This record gives sequence, structure tokens and C-alpha cells, in this order.
Amino acid sequence: MAVIYILWLREVKRYLRSRPQVIASLGQPLLYLLVLGFGLGPVFQKSGQGSYLQFVAPGVIGMAILFMSIFSGIGLLWDRQFGFLKETLVAPVPRLHIMAGRTLGGTTIAVIQGTLILTVCLLAGFRPQNLATIPLALLFMALIAVVFAALGTAIGSTLKDMQAFQLVMNFLVMPIFFLSGALYPLANLPIALALATRVDPLSYGVDGLRGAFIGLSHFGMPTDFAILCLAASVFLVLGAWSFSKIEI
Amino acid sequence: MIHVRDLVKTFGDIKAVDGISFEVRPGEIFAFLGPNGAGKTTTIQMLTTLQRPTSGTMSVDGLDPARNQLETRRRFGIVFQDPSLDSELTAYENMELHGVLYHVPRHVRTERIRVLLTLFELWERRDSRVKTFSGGMKRRLEIARGLLHTPKILFLDEPTLGLDPQSRNQLWTHVKHLNETERMTVFLTTHYMDEAERVAHRIAIIDHGRIVAQGSPEELKQQTGTDSLEHAFLALTGSSIRDERADASEQMRQIVKMWRR
Repeated sequence: MAVIYILWLREVKRYLRSRPQVIASLGQPLLYLLVLGFGLGPVFQKSGQGSYLQFVAPGVIGMAILFMSIFSGIGLLWDRQFGFLKETLVAPVPRLHIMAGRTLGGTTIAVIQGTLILTVCLLAGFRPQNLATIPLALLFMALIAVVFAALGTAIGSTLKDMQAFQLVMNFLVMPIFFLSGALYPLANLPIALALATRVDPLSYGVDGLRGAFIGLSHFGMPTDFAILCLAASVFLVLGAWSFSKIEI
Repeated sequence: MIHVRDLVKTFGDIKAVDGISFEVRPGEIFAFLGPNGAGKTTTIQMLTTLQRPTSGTMSVDGLDPARNQLETRRRFGIVFQDPSLDSELTAYENMELHGVLYHVPRHVRTERIRVLLTLFELWERRDSRVKTFSGGMKRRLEIARGLLHTPKILFLDEPTLGLDPQSRNQLWTHVKHLNETERMTVFLTTHYMDEAERVAHRIAIIDHGRIVAQGSPEELKQQTGTDSLEHAFLALTGSSIRDERADASEQMRQIVKMWRR
């Protein structure tokens, strides 16, 4: 337990100490929120879908959590590069505990980041429908964070150098974001896109958040919850397995 | 304490370690010497569960590091050749984290951290982040950290690289002391022959992945008919410089690693 705790604490400390990075990581979600939120607002309104800001805010929160959690997992690469990984790998503790500590840390900072974005959304004029469902939204935020922190760990354990990072960014993280329905409604999509959105775990995360925040859910929140739990279990097993296989 | 028989590690076509056998007795200070790229670090990585051998057998305190990884890890401590600190954390936090990872009880931990940081003259800077430290300070911190838990076997992979003579002296005095009082077995590599001569009971010299000589410093000098370990070392390994080859093989290793998965 102490081991998991201290590694969790390490992740959180690193996050809290890197203020410039925290601020920088707010930039992209803010652009989406403000520029798209207000820019596409009139079109969205005209098509009879209501306020786009209301619609996109949960998507942007989901996006912030996705980025933060997957990067924290890929942080393994940095630790490998700067050598700290070795220090934990030779320690007489089960790798599972190390992985658990790191992943929990990644989850925590991603949720903090999501909360930060939520605050900004509220300032920008986002109004959740019902305050009573906020805890439910937090639950979905945590689930998204677990899913992608675990996926990040799996990727970080497999990759060997920093150059591959760009590859992951362009061929995994961005598609996950764009296919999730964070920016557009999932109804009436062309069949190929509809299928792609259905295999993207983030779709269910964003959908769950939308359900909790504005009472608008495409799949239904129980489905969202179940699929996120399933994805989390799969990625956690995958992450733990690939982490246990790391050689220096 | 450590038994190694016909140990081989290949990376693609490169034989980093090519069938070495040696033995380290309990309570002994054993120096593993060799030019750059000779296979020292790879051997240590195999003994410390970080790499799996291609073939051959090894045992550390009766355990096979390749199979009994977790149990083996309980038996040793290690100071790595290259940096392994978290530079965003403070010196104290790095020590603390290590203490927790190695299950050092809290009251012992607090006390030892104080003693070791004072010994290596880092106590004043304990709350500074490691990224603000100079190379020598980082190195001292790594050593202090490696000594935080008193393992049965201590691996020191070129621990004095980049250290000033004062810290070096401090380190070896402390290591010798631990060896004498706690009967700690020490397995070290270094490029400084005078250090090996000063502290090591026995020495193995490795070159091109093979062990070319073994024995006490005296025996090695006699064997080669030289008057210092440095000369004995040069007589055994030749005087050509290995960096070139080592770099190329290191690059190969990287490429092999990249494509292996």
C-alpha cells in the first residue's frame, strides 16, 4: 500500500509542480471550447439542436481528461529516458503495485485537469442541467481517466523511444478524440463513421458526461458505464501485462 | 554469494556477454573491470533482473534472477551507471521514495536519510529539486540513496564517475566500512584502477564479453609481470581505445531494441 501511495504521490507532485505545463495543457481545450463553442453556435442553433456550448463542453472536458491521462501513462517513456524507471523496476516490489501507483496517479491528475476545465466551462457560460448529477459526471470523468491512463501505461511500456511519441499522438490520441463525438452528435452519421465512433471508448465517456451534465445521452448512461468499465478492465490487464514485461 | 556459469547475452548479432563464468564469495568486495563496451553493465543488468540472459546460468544469494525476480530484488541494492533520479522531486523526496520502495521502516528511514545526506554533504540542499543540482551532487545523491537500505549485496556500476576526490574517498571509506561491519558483499565496476586496487579483494577483467583474467590485485600483477593494476589491466586488454566500437554497438542495441517488439 505504501508503495502504491508514494508512487501516486510522485505523479501528483510532479503535476502540481509543473505549473507552466498545466497552463499550457489548458490551451487546446480552451480553444475548442471558446472558438468552436461560440463559432459553431449559430449554425448548431439553426439546425434546431440548441446551444453548441452546452453540447461541446462535456466533450472538451472528456478531451482534457483523455490527453492528461494518456500522457501520464506515456510519461513512462520520459522516466525511461531519464533513468528513473530503472530505480522502480529493480525495487523489491511487485510490478503490479508500481503500475497501480502510476496509473492511479495519472487518473488523479487527469480528473484534476478535467475539473479545472469544468470550472472554465462554467465561467464561459456552460450550465449543467441538474446539480444533483454532478457526482455522476465526476464518476464518468474518473472512468475516462482510468481507461486512458491504463492505455497510456500499456503504450508507454511498449515504446522504446521518444520519437514514437509523435506517432502515438497522430495515429491514436487524435483519432480517439475526433471519433468520440466530443465535437458532434453521434446520431445520423454515415455508417463507417458510426461504426468507428462505436469502437472508440471515449465516445461512451463523452456520452456519459453529456448524460450526466445536460441529460442528453446517445447510448444511455448504463451502457456508457458498462462499456467504460469493460474498457478499463481490458486496458488495465493489458497495461499491467506489458508493464511486467519491461526490460531495460 | 554470486555464481555465474557460461552466461551469454546477445543483442541481434552482437554478443555483449560471451560465455562468462565467475564467482563472488560472501562478504567479498569484487571488482569487475573492463574497457568501455566490454559487457560490464549488461552483466550487472542480468544479475539485477533488468535483462534476461540469452543462455547460461546465474544465481544471486541462491536465487536465479531470471526466474525469481522479486525475491532476488529483495537481496541487492544498486547504484546505476547512468542517472536514475527523479529530477522534479527534491533530494529528500528521492531518498524517501527509495526508502518506501525498499520497505525501510519509517523511523529507520528518517534517521538514515539524515545520516547519509549529511555524510555526502547534501543535507543543506535536501529540499531543493534535483534538477537544480550539479552533476557531482546528483551522483552523490544516487550513492547515498543506494546505501539507504543495507542489502546483502550491493552493486556499484561505475559509482565514482564524475565525482571529486573527496566524495570518492567518502564513498569507498563508507563501502569498506559496511563491508567490514555488515559483511555486505560488494560487486563493483570502475575505470579507476587505483580504486579497484584499494578496495577490491578480488578482480575479474572482462574484454569483448569474455573474462580474460581473475584473481586478487596481487595475483593479476604477478600474472602479467607488472607493478600496478593499471599496467596489468593494459597488458591484459591491450591499449587500443574502445569507444568507437562501443558506440556502434550501443547504436545497434538501440536499433535492435526498437524493432524487437
